[in-house]
Amino acid sequence: MTGSTDTDKPLRLNGGQALIKALEMEGVEVVFGYPGGAILPVYDPILDAGLRHVLVRHEQGAGHMAEGYAHATGKPGVCMVTSGPAATNIVTPLADAMLDSVPMVCITGQVALGSIGTDAFQECDTTGITRSVTKHNFLVTRAEDIPRIIREAFHIATTGRPGPVLVDIPKNIVDANNPDAYFDWEWPEELDLPGYHPNVTPSIESIEAAAELIMAAERPVLYVGGGVLKSRGAQALLELVELTDIPVVTTLMARGAFPDSHELCLGMPGMHGNYTAVTAIQRSDLLIAMGSRFDDRVTGKVGAFAPDAKIVHFDIDPAEHGKVRTPDVSVVGDCRISMELLNEELRTAGLPGSNPDRSAWRQQVSGWQEKYPLTYEQSKDGELLKPQYVIERLRDLSPKDTIVASGVGQHQMFASQYWEFNHPYTWLNSGGLGTMGFSIPAAIGAKAGLPDRTVWAIDGDGCFQMTAQELVTASVEKIPVKIALLNNSYLGMVRQWQSLFYEERLSEVHLGYDVPDYVMWAESMGCVAFRVEDVDEVDEVIAKANAINDRPVVVEFRCHATENVYPMVPAGGSNDDLIVDPSQADLLEADRAADRERAEAIEAGAQA
Amino acid sequence: MNRPGDLAHHTLSVLVENKAGVLARVADLFARRGYNIVSLAVAPTDDQAFSRITIVVDVESAPLEQIVKQLFKLINIVEIQELSAFDAVERELMIATIEASTDTRTQIVELVNIFEGKILAVSPEAITVSLDGAPSKIDDFEALLRDYGIRDLQRTGRIALPKMDRDVPVLRAVSNS
Ligand SMILES: Cc1ncc(C[n+]2csc(CCOP(=O)(O)OP(=O)(O)O)c2C)c(N)n1
Ligand SMILES: [Mg+2]
Repeated sequence: MTGSTDTDKPLRLNGGQALIKALEMEGVEVVFGYPGGAILPVYDPILDAGLRHVLVRHEQGAGHMAEGYAHATGKPGVCMVTSGPAATNIVTPLADAMLDSVPMVCITGQVALGSIGTDAFQECDTTGITRSVTKHNFLVTRAEDIPRIIREAFHIATTGRPGPVLVDIPKNIVDANNPDAYFDWEWPEELDLPGYHPNVTPSIESIEAAAELIMAAERPVLYVGGGVLKSRGAQALLELVELTDIPVVTTLMARGAFPDSHELCLGMPGMHGNYTAVTAIQRSDLLIAMGSRFDDRVTGKVGAFAPDAKIVHFDIDPAEHGKVRTPDVSVVGDCRISMELLNEELRTAGLPGSNPDRSAWRQQVSGWQEKYPLTYEQSKDGELLKPQYVIERLRDLSPKDTIVASGVGQHQMFASQYWEFNHPYTWLNSGGLGTMGFSIPAAIGAKAGLPDRTVWAIDGDGCFQMTAQELVTASVEKIPVKIALLNNSYLGMVRQWQSLFYEERLSEVHLGYDVPDYVMWAESMGCVAFRVEDVDEVDEVIAKANAINDRPVVVEFRCHATENVYPMVPAGGSNDDLIVDPSQADLLEADRAADRERAEAIEAGAQA
Repeated sequence: MNRPGDLAHHTLSVLVENKAGVLARVADLFARRGYNIVSLAVAPTDDQAFSRITIVVDVESAPLEQIVKQLFKLINIVEIQELSAFDAVERELMIATIEASTDTRTQIVELVNIFEGKILAVSPEAITVSLDGAPSKIDDFEALLRDYGIRDLQRTGRIALPKMDRDVPVLRAVSNS
């Protein structure tokens, strides 16, 4: 800096101005928020700020928008709300971001320091309530701490295993009328975090040990999770697969981390994974867990999960290693960096030339793919639409890099199964918490961050009713997202469990097709809306929706009420007991009987 | 009843930033992950910026390794050492009020003397005593007092420091780096 006297003169700011300036220093472009009493002083400097504020219609929306923005752009999402009920309204998105490791900074107003602990109006113990659903949280007590704490919040949210960080700011320290809220602005050069040292670079011994197991494996599978996306590791993963020729499964959090169109991509494992992905894991002799965490929705019954497999676990969070399954080799570090080191190690060892012959394994895997593809029966004349069909048509008629945000339920599983994800960061969903209502605000957040991309939310009728009001936000703020509402008149996923596991005793799951009138509702919120009931209209309406770029669009697809998601591993069951589509059930029963016979014959031979 | 001498019990010496709410974060972590705390003692160190929490955990509720790794995820935790009885000097303080008639009082006083404890107060029916020392010694003392009838008893929970000649490794969440 040149020695101009202006820059030497300290910049005197109040806490509110400092907060906004700190956000600008962090490169924040958009804040999703909602004002109120305790945060009021911060909303005044926002008028002069160089960042966009999106006024949501419910604080939960602000949180999910910040998540959607973060997931699509890779930058931390920022939301800001007032104290008390606003802070409690944002607890769900915080928990969601915590379980899915989404980098997010949430700023909450708080009553004045002197009133804390007195049950003041709109006081709640925000840092206490959010302690277990944030990676870290702060209660700021002095205006001059604001710049440093904001820096630390962004640092913690975005490094190591990412996650949500909350900063609770009492009203008096941002109050322009309080002389004590003023201080000489200083942007801290150093952070004061003596206990925070993420394990970014893995040990070279662990990389060598991993390489050794990989080169020796006969039936390896790469079990790829969200950590690959969080570390921006998709390219390194592609290189690893090209080097090793190992088939890949991508979990619900990792759809798009590896292209579905790649011949080695087996798709999604887990409770509603496809037969090949689930079975390949079960039969593998080496499972390379890459940024995945052995979630119960993937493992089913842990004791029966991949029983013959050695485990190499790559994850930046040491606590994930050995939490569910003890690894044979543990690589603690950033997934991208770890894979880059691993690739180097494998190349040095002579790969791809010296891979063992795994043609038998490859054949077995492609045999499963041929025998047990994802399948459904198209609706007959006069029947309502099949959700799978709607998703296939959306997939084929929308731009290749379309971003898909989904709600939670059957439509989420169908979307994950039937969409073809070939690009990272094109799939946003609530995997860990399973938050109904996630899709609309998440789609809005993604579109706010990447306005040139097509963003479709695939939503259920139950989910839609939880956060639809954010379509008002989308209309007013001109964030033209598209919503495919798969209206099956039911809380479909719950209905499926009741059908399969509670003898079809349907309890409190019927919503009905007609109330609310989704088209009228969407139109009243400023959206263009369509209703599709007939297979013949599907393509035409999707094309119309894709052509609209100045307003949000809602397409209500009236879907079959009793379609089930298959395959399915019943909760807590073994992955070996996967239930396939009824049309494949006989085939599978015959296969399993043959397997049993073979096993018995081997047993008998061994005893003889 | 489990006592701090139990094999399933491990002592962790946890250096934390001396900031508001840190103890709550630790307690909250144990509660939400279902880990059992046997005892817990906390106070600032000689450096006012840090406090030391001496925490005796029950590894029957969860493997020690998971407990340590989860603790490390708390941003305010700076260092964790495991202190085995072999490597550490351990102390605990107990005060107790014991039923003491004129008949039994001398017996109790004798016990206190044998254990090198102190008598803090005496009344016609009771006597308040204190003892500091290694936790196992306090266990023994407590067991002997029990026969006379314990009215009130409070133990501080264990505090510990590494023995001077022992090199107690600082635990890390990652063993290989
Ligand atoms: C906030 C919340 N409440 C309840 C649930 C439990 N739940 C999971 S899926 C589901 C049904 C979702 O219904 P809908 O949005 O219509 O989707 P569908 O399964 O019919 O596709 C419910 C109630 C949840 N995941 N989240
Ligand atoms: Mg539904």
